[in-house]
Amino acid sequence: MNPDETVTGQARLRVRGLQAGFGRRTLMRGVNFDVHAGEIFCVLGGSGSGKSTLLRVLMGIKAPQAGQVFYGKTNFWGGDEEGRRRVMQEAGVLFQGGALWSSMTLAENVGFILEQYTDMNAEDIRAQASLKLALAGLAGFEDYYPSEISGGMRKRAGLARALAMDPWILFLDEPSAGLDPVSGRMLDELILELRKTLNTTFVIVSHELQSIFAIADNCIFLDAATRLVTASGKPANLARDPATEANALRFLTRGVMGKPMNRGLYEITAI
Amino acid sequence: MQDTSQTANSLTANHVETDRTGQNVLRVSVGGLWRMGEDTTTQRTEIAYALREIEGGYVRRLILSASELGQWDSSLLVFLARLVRAARAREISVRLNLPDGLARLLSLAFAVPVAADTGQKKTDDSFLAAIGGRALDLVPDINSFLAFLWEFARSFHRLALGRAHMRMQDLLSAVYECGVAALPIISFTSLLFGLILAFVGAVQLTQFGAQVYVAGLVSIGMLRIMGAVMVGVVMAGRVGAAYAALTGAMQVNEEVDALQAAGVYPVDFLVLPRVLAMTAMTPLLILYADLMGIVGGFLVAVTLMGINPYEYLSTTIQMTSFIHVLVGLIYGTFFGIIIALSGCFYGMRCGRSAQAVGLATTTAVVHSIMGIIVATAVITVVASAFRV
Repeated sequence: MNPDETVTGQARLRVRGLQAGFGRRTLMRGVNFDVHAGEIFCVLGGSGSGKSTLLRVLMGIKAPQAGQVFYGKTNFWGGDEEGRRRVMQEAGVLFQGGALWSSMTLAENVGFILEQYTDMNAEDIRAQASLKLALAGLAGFEDYYPSEISGGMRKRAGLARALAMDPWILFLDEPSAGLDPVSGRMLDELILELRKTLNTTFVIVSHELQSIFAIADNCIFLDAATRLVTASGKPANLARDPATEANALRFLTRGVMGKPMNRGLYEITAI
Repeated sequence: MQDTSQTANSLTANHVETDRTGQNVLRVSVGGLWRMGEDTTTQRTEIAYALREIEGGYVRRLILSASELGQWDSSLLVFLARLVRAARAREISVRLNLPDGLARLLSLAFAVPVAADTGQKKTDDSFLAAIGGRALDLVPDINSFLAFLWEFARSFHRLALGRAHMRMQDLLSAVYECGVAALPIISFTSLLFGLILAFVGAVQLTQFGAQVYVAGLVSIGMLRIMGAVMVGVVMAGRVGAAYAALTGAMQVNEEVDALQAAGVYPVDFLVLPRVLAMTAMTPLLILYADLMGIVGGFLVAVTLMGINPYEYLSTTIQMTSFIHVLVGLIYGTFFGIIIALSGCFYGMRCGRSAQAVGLATTTAVVHSIMGIIVATAVITVVASAFRV
């Protein structure tokens, strides 16, 4: 499954000194982390902390301002577009809204990538597409167009498409946002099952702390105010470690608002 | 917003008292009723005074307090927030002797620091600076268009090598969309345009007794340029706009990102089939438009001007040559490429909002039509230089 790692003992995805943002605006700097094969890695942070931007850098859509991303031995952004395309062909991506191609049916959405990169015949592609849709709980919806199904179903179809090529790594952007609690649980189980059976690696961006704490092996917190990774490690350790407790707590209580109240300037006296 | 304890004076208008106690403490006390939309004259003079004091540089401490405060809403918060912001900018310590809810809301307003570099543009440029800025803004636009053309050239190269990520269905549906589906509107506009040409020509030519030359006017006019321009303008509005809106919406929906993340070249998938279809279909539509225009002219000449149908047709054949048709087709081919590229370019660089899709669509159409006119001028000059 993972030849690079067995030879070198190195993480399959390494991020070093990454700085990313929009134009002149920097959202994060000095981001370092490793993702090993078969690991479930989570990126946490409030709105506007750059989680999705980080994901776009890892997926080859947005160039970083500084730093490196390595897939195995490949310097992802150091090489040309063709090299990045080859890396991404072995990866799967679930976008926030599903991002299904609206001109194709669900089966065509899933099958398109197989059509492009494999020599499979139409019948096999169709069978593959049906299987992947069934895994995502959408058996029987093969010939629907994205506009004919609900938002949550689109998201699940997006997951089926991400699974099309049996990728070694899956990027999930807010996978459970917009799903009902039961579908969210099913998604968690599917993630764990895929990891167990296919040794799939996951990089998940999420707000859903409960689900993250239940399934993640490792995570990082991005902080919108300091633009740094303020904590990283195993979720269980993060919760226990007093040094990171403040960060976690801050995220939990005021995560949406970025920096907590600066009490230094004010002495609030109620009358 | 919040109803605090009603005091005896709570029904009076709001009041503010500002005084400097000692050398460096500024006290601002608010009270009365604070309602949005009420008279703010007192507030304005008091806040101007307080801000002057704060900015004077001597004040080290600001104390905000409330006395006999009645009902209040966000107008009070706005008032206090201005003072706190000014004090913060000068690192003056602030003490809030305010009712609990008011103090909490005020602190909440300052909980998140104002992002320093959100990329918001300053808008207080002088007139000349604004003109210069606009001109400089064109440079990245031109750069990105050239980059887009380069991407398209590479995509075309991949197509030639048989490695482009283009679906045959997409090409066929694009061909249908900009070919067959455009026939009704092209028929309608070209027929009427031939009619108009014949009418306009008839008025002048009848004065010289040369009505029959209406046939030449209509046929040469349509074949050489008007057929192509009609098709160009109609297709810019119909297809250019559709391409920009579709690609723009795909951009908003992250579908373009999804292509890229799947290792598929978005230009191959989205732009290539559409440019190919338009380039192939526009000349055909032009031939059809030419024919419809000539039919329009024929109808006017025969029914209203009493010209013999055979005479009209023979004059048409006599006066036109294949070179006119060819010139028209050259115009048309360029128009097709311009419209498709413009539509796809503005769609591909569309921002991530509904407003951006609208803007992309409008810009695509406007720029296609501008491109069509510029191309017409250039080709006309070149054609006359070569005497064709």
